[in-house]
Amino acid sequence: MDTPYAIEMVNITKRFPGIIANDNITLQLKRGEIHALLGENGAGKSTLMSVLFGLYQAEEGIIKKDGKEVKINNPNDANDLGIGMVHQHFKLVQCFTVLENIILGVETTKGGMLQMDEARAKVKALSEKYGLQVDPDAKIEDITVGMQQRTEILKMLYRDNEILIFDEPTAVLTPQEIDELMIIMKNLAAEGKSILFITHKLNEIKAVADRVTVLRRGKYIGTVDVATTSKEEMSRMMVGRDVQMVVDKKPSEPGEVILKVENMTVASKMHSNNAVKDVSFEVREGEIVCIAGIDGNGQTELVYGLTGMEPLVDGKITLCGEDITKQSIRDRSKLLSHIPEDRHKHGLILDYPLEYNMILQRYYQPEFTSGAGFLKRKEIREYSERLEKDYDVRSGQGPVTITRAMSGGNQQKAIIAREIDKDHKLLVAVQPTRGLDVGAIEGVHRNLIAERDNGRAVLLISLELEEVMNVPDRILVMYEGEIVGELDPKKTTVEELGLYMAGAKRNVGAEKEGKEEA
Amino acid sequence: MKEKKLSLKNPSFQAILTSLICIILGLLIGYIVLLLINPAGAGEAIKTIILNFLTRSSSMARAKALGNTLAKTAPLLMCALSICFCYKVGLFNIGAAGQYEAGACMGLYAALAWHMPWFICLLVAGAAGAIVGAISGALKAYRNVNEVISGIMLNWIMLYLTNMILSTKAVKDPTSPYTIKLATGNKGALIPSAGLNALFANNKTVTLAIPLAILFAVLIWMILAKTKFGYELKATGFNKEASKYAGMKEKKNIIVTLAIGGALAGIGAAFLFLTGYQEWSTTQTSVPGMGFNGIAATFLGGLHPIGTIFASFFIQSITDGGALINKSVYPSQISDLISSIIIYLCGFVLFFKFAINNWVSKRDKGGANANAVADKNDQDKKEGGDK
Repeated sequence: MDTPYAIEMVNITKRFPGIIANDNITLQLKRGEIHALLGENGAGKSTLMSVLFGLYQAEEGIIKKDGKEVKINNPNDANDLGIGMVHQHFKLVQCFTVLENIILGVETTKGGMLQMDEARAKVKALSEKYGLQVDPDAKIEDITVGMQQRTEILKMLYRDNEILIFDEPTAVLTPQEIDELMIIMKNLAAEGKSILFITHKLNEIKAVADRVTVLRRGKYIGTVDVATTSKEEMSRMMVGRDVQMVVDKKPSEPGEVILKVENMTVASKMHSNNAVKDVSFEVREGEIVCIAGIDGNGQTELVYGLTGMEPLVDGKITLCGEDITKQSIRDRSKLLSHIPEDRHKHGLILDYPLEYNMILQRYYQPEFTSGAGFLKRKEIREYSERLEKDYDVRSGQGPVTITRAMSGGNQQKAIIAREIDKDHKLLVAVQPTRGLDVGAIEGVHRNLIAERDNGRAVLLISLELEEVMNVPDRILVMYEGEIVGELDPKKTTVEELGLYMAGAKRNVGAEKEGKEEA
Repeated sequence: MKEKKLSLKNPSFQAILTSLICIILGLLIGYIVLLLINPAGAGEAIKTIILNFLTRSSSMARAKALGNTLAKTAPLLMCALSICFCYKVGLFNIGAAGQYEAGACMGLYAALAWHMPWFICLLVAGAAGAIVGAISGALKAYRNVNEVISGIMLNWIMLYLTNMILSTKAVKDPTSPYTIKLATGNKGALIPSAGLNALFANNKTVTLAIPLAILFAVLIWMILAKTKFGYELKATGFNKEASKYAGMKEKKNIIVTLAIGGALAGIGAAFLFLTGYQEWSTTQTSVPGMGFNGIAATFLGGLHPIGTIFASFFIQSITDGGALINKSVYPSQISDLISSIIIYLCGFVLFFKFAINNWVSKRDKGGANANAVADKNDQDKKEGGDK
């Protein structure tokens, strides 16, 4: 125990065909510290954690626990070394109680019978010690996301883990829950636990972390003390250049109203409340309107209601002067293009060749189907080749590549090509840059602005603050199913936007608090 | 070397190869079982099973036996097509047996009670099968009832319903549990042989049903591979959510698919009972095996409509061959055993494909990184990156 480090990953290199995911990375986690791991999507954070967890084996480099070299060949080895992780998507059994989830896999039994009392006592002691409030008998499906996360943390503590990894823990939380989590993390560190905190949010690093290690495109950039490093410096380390990433665009020239939404209410699948409550807004031709907000505040359901994937409980949608409230998805798609939030679930048929995905919205049109109902193979091939060329979609074998084999960025490009190329007046783009690297993100932003300049109306739904600040001409902030603010990106600040997203401020909607204040 | 590598990676070649592996292993295990029962005649018996009609002494007898096998291949092929078609849309039509029963019931009823000509009987049989299929489809689409569960239940419902309907005075032979022979009841309901029987030593059960069944196989293949309808159905099978996003009516597609599958199985039944090959026994208490054997033929045929033609013939042939072995030494169920082993091995088709791919990629390791495992890692990596 003569080393201050609980865990060390020294000179780790992990290669995948064609890419070096981790290139000579060193990460040293001190006992009792909160150590942030910062990097953009695709910077190699997940790969590094997978190596630590034994999911991947590094080609080079060693891992040391308390100064002694260890081999981690699978997650069980990691667990034996006291390494635990709260995944971004929780690994909980929905129909089990909190207590049952905590003890899952490490149950105490006597003669084959569960000994729940012991477990209950231990969970109670842990939750009091660290301020982790949970109801041990509530079922996971009935509790909030925050409590689910606390259950995950208790799972690690119950297993006496000393090294706790949090993988982007705040993405799913409300601002209040984020504050609570920060306090919990500090408590854990104070009790001697060592915490690795994976994130790309600088504010959170500033709030809790002691040190930060920055990765960029698989490379180790450096480890610095948070207290003596400014946010600007950290972001420069993360992105590799000054971050004022202002998207180059002309002022917008809004024309006629293309989309008009009046009093839209959409039911939620998750709970009995409505996910979208009495929302009204307009999008004009030649403008990009962005719906900003923290994940899970009704954005998904708003899009489902707009595109026809879910029926409205109440309200009216008008597209180009036509009432489309009751129209089918197919009828709406004549004027509406939709880049979906989840490209694997909705956007693509992954087992189809690329050319078939390129015509997914248009296969039935005379251009691609003969009167007798036969597909026009030659036309489909040519169309796919043209889109691939125009939108720089890269694939192994061109139109016949099975879409599943393509990279995420190129899959997204294929969807964007398909949706922009088809006839439409309104483009609904839901998190179109999710999971893309910086170069691809800029390409998508250029596409969106070109759409606007071509006189289309663009509705962008985004969770990324940078995107919200730079791409749109108007921002609507959504909070708990309502639109609580309308902001001009040129006049507002990230801080102000944050207040609206957190529900702390509003300037439109029922109460009109913002206006009264003003 | 390069060409050989390409052909091993070719999916259709792989499908054929894996089916052949299943057949060979199935026959091998069958042979071992025969050896265990009685080593003396095992070689002769397995030869009989494989060669079937070829073991007959005269060319006339060979032709006649082949005719019988073909006559029973036609309904089996139709059931296999029914299952194959639904499978492509992501539905497991185990209810083909019940749809087959419905086809037999209404086909025979139309022939004997309404005195309809054969082609009308075929249509009635197809419609009856379609309705039964559509019931499963509607339950699946609107109530999310698994089509396997509703299919199995409908198999039994249809069995007893068929027994009941075909026991009525107009269609049942009063002196036996069977329906009236079509030759006496309604000659016009027999599917014409159009001169085909002359090729098979005047075997009257060789009819137009055989070429029609092959025609259906080609038709199903065309629909799936070449048409807008097939594009939609396969898309629904691969990814229901994405089909919905693309504006397809996924509920309608499920019902239509099972209705078409039902029609195929229903017509399949008519292809057997309207040839005069056999009559329906109104006292039977088990679901006819044809619908289930269709599952075997589908998988052995590599889930390809054209492949099922050959697979159906093979399965029917070893079944008939099994009936020819020395019954005093071996139980006649031995061919059922072999075909069930083959069916069982068909479950390993994916495993065999995986093994072939692995082998191919290992061999290529020195070359480019075009290796399935690496591709997968690569993908995992990218998905990891997405988070």
